[in-house]
Amino acid sequence: MAELPKHQEDLSLDTFVRGLWKENPVFVMLLGMCPTLAVSNSAINAISMGLATTFVLAGSGALISWLRNWIPKQVRIASYIVIIATFVTIVDYAIQAISLDLYAALGAFIQLIVVNCIILGRAEAYASQQRLVPTLVNSLGIGAGFTIALFALGSVREILGSGTLFGLHLFGAGFQPWVVMVLPPGGFFVLGAWLLLFNWIKQRGERRADAPTGVPANAR
Amino acid sequence: MVKGIEIRTSPHLKRALNVQQIMRSVVYAMLPICAFAIWQFGLSAALLLATTTGAAVATEAWFSRLRGAGNTVADWSAVITGILLGLTLPPGFPLWMAAVAAFVGIGLGKALFGGLGYNVMNPALIGRAFVQAAFPVAITTWTPAFAPSRFVELIPTTLTAPFMRPESVTDWIAGLGVDSWTGATPLAMQKFQHVETPAWDTFAGLVSGSAGETSALLILVCGLWLAWRGCLDWRIPASVLAGAALTALPFWLVDPGLYPSPWFVLSSGGLMLAAWFMASDMVASPVTPWGAIIYGVFIGALTVIIRLFGGLVEGVMYAILLGNAAGPLISAWTQPRVYGAVKKARAKS
Repeated sequence: MAELPKHQEDLSLDTFVRGLWKENPVFVMLLGMCPTLAVSNSAINAISMGLATTFVLAGSGALISWLRNWIPKQVRIASYIVIIATFVTIVDYAIQAISLDLYAALGAFIQLIVVNCIILGRAEAYASQQRLVPTLVNSLGIGAGFTIALFALGSVREILGSGTLFGLHLFGAGFQPWVVMVLPPGGFFVLGAWLLLFNWIKQRGERRADAPTGVPANAR
Repeated sequence: MVKGIEIRTSPHLKRALNVQQIMRSVVYAMLPICAFAIWQFGLSAALLLATTTGAAVATEAWFSRLRGAGNTVADWSAVITGILLGLTLPPGFPLWMAAVAAFVGIGLGKALFGGLGYNVMNPALIGRAFVQAAFPVAITTWTPAFAPSRFVELIPTTLTAPFMRPESVTDWIAGLGVDSWTGATPLAMQKFQHVETPAWDTFAGLVSGSAGETSALLILVCGLWLAWRGCLDWRIPASVLAGAALTALPFWLVDPGLYPSPWFVLSSGGLMLAAWFMASDMVASPVTPWGAIIYGVFIGALTVIIRLFGGLVEGVMYAILLGNAAGPLISAWTQPRVYGAVKKARAKS
């Protein structure tokens, strides 16, 4: 492994907040696309998936950070996977116990959290080098960012695709559902639209920062 | 491309057609088809065409303003996309859905790729494919052609409020007093009941269907005029039609009761319109002569395969979109050898 700088991060507000926007796993890092596209067909599915992933992220991150000095470098990936799988199993049984309908709706994607690259990525890049508390806070931030992103997709897809939000009818019975939005292509359309919007906002911000003297932003 | 020896004195340079002139010619070629659609389906078809064209032009104007690279509406390509889209939709298609289709077609199908000349697929078909997936019921709701009241009233679904579900047209059609209306287009009747509409009816366009796809004869004439003007590559429509007919032929010979005749395949549905005006899209089709032929045969064969064995009644839209996707590959395969170039050198490059 290329030695990453072992800078121990001090706990600050940024430890949490950057997961929401600057390092948002979906909209900035484009990680974990598989559950993002697959289960974001309704707001409730999206939020449940986000919370389940957040729990696994925080739990496995904390445990890995705690054990980081005892895990031999050569077998670290296998060790991380075992730890992550433990928490995924907990989530899997917990969702079964709480709501069997939700469990059926999310399907195989709960078990598949174990291969979600956000989690292994955070374990490798952050938890394996940082102290316990910053890791926990950072994981919660990344998890919150993931949940927000999934909700952003899920709510748009549910509103357009079935005219409801959290199962409540918004527009009355005459609403024409956009069937494509709850189908897989809808996930790509909505994700693309959100990425377009966020990149546009980001670039506009950068252009404003570059041109503080009142030069029009589009004078390229 | 030498067309004879020029015996006049110099200068012999001729002005090449520019984008605007070609696009305008295509618009002129589509005007008779639009007129026939309006004559056949009445006010609703007129409103539909106006909506798709207006929405396409407005989307183009908006995106070209966002890009800050001058107004690209003037090249007429958005007008073509709008008209073509309108021609492929059912005449009673709700106007708000038609506007969505035009927006998606121009926005997703063209502007996001960088505008005219950079689009991978035909924008009008992207728009239609989107509404086909989004509103599968509305896009298969057909209404009778030549309804007696077509110039005094609209098809009730036309003016559906935005985001609302269009009402059922069954009662309205029953009140029209049109005889023998089965609610199906000739293609659907052939596919599900194995009843083939008389050839002259489908060829001349005396049947129901999408607004502008009914009259194969008129489309053929307009398309031939465009080909004569040099505004489209004649190889593409010719090979699309040949590919479709040749694919349909063996099935028809085996069981004429079950499979449509090649003649019916050519004259029904959107194949004629798509072959002349959509497959031949200059941007999204291969540029080499052999490439154009391979591309055309691929589209024609795939259309018939989807029609005969797929779940859909008409397959030409997806066939063309797939052909568009394969277009650059076909172009790369069929690069002509430059005269005098050695084969080895070509293999190396």
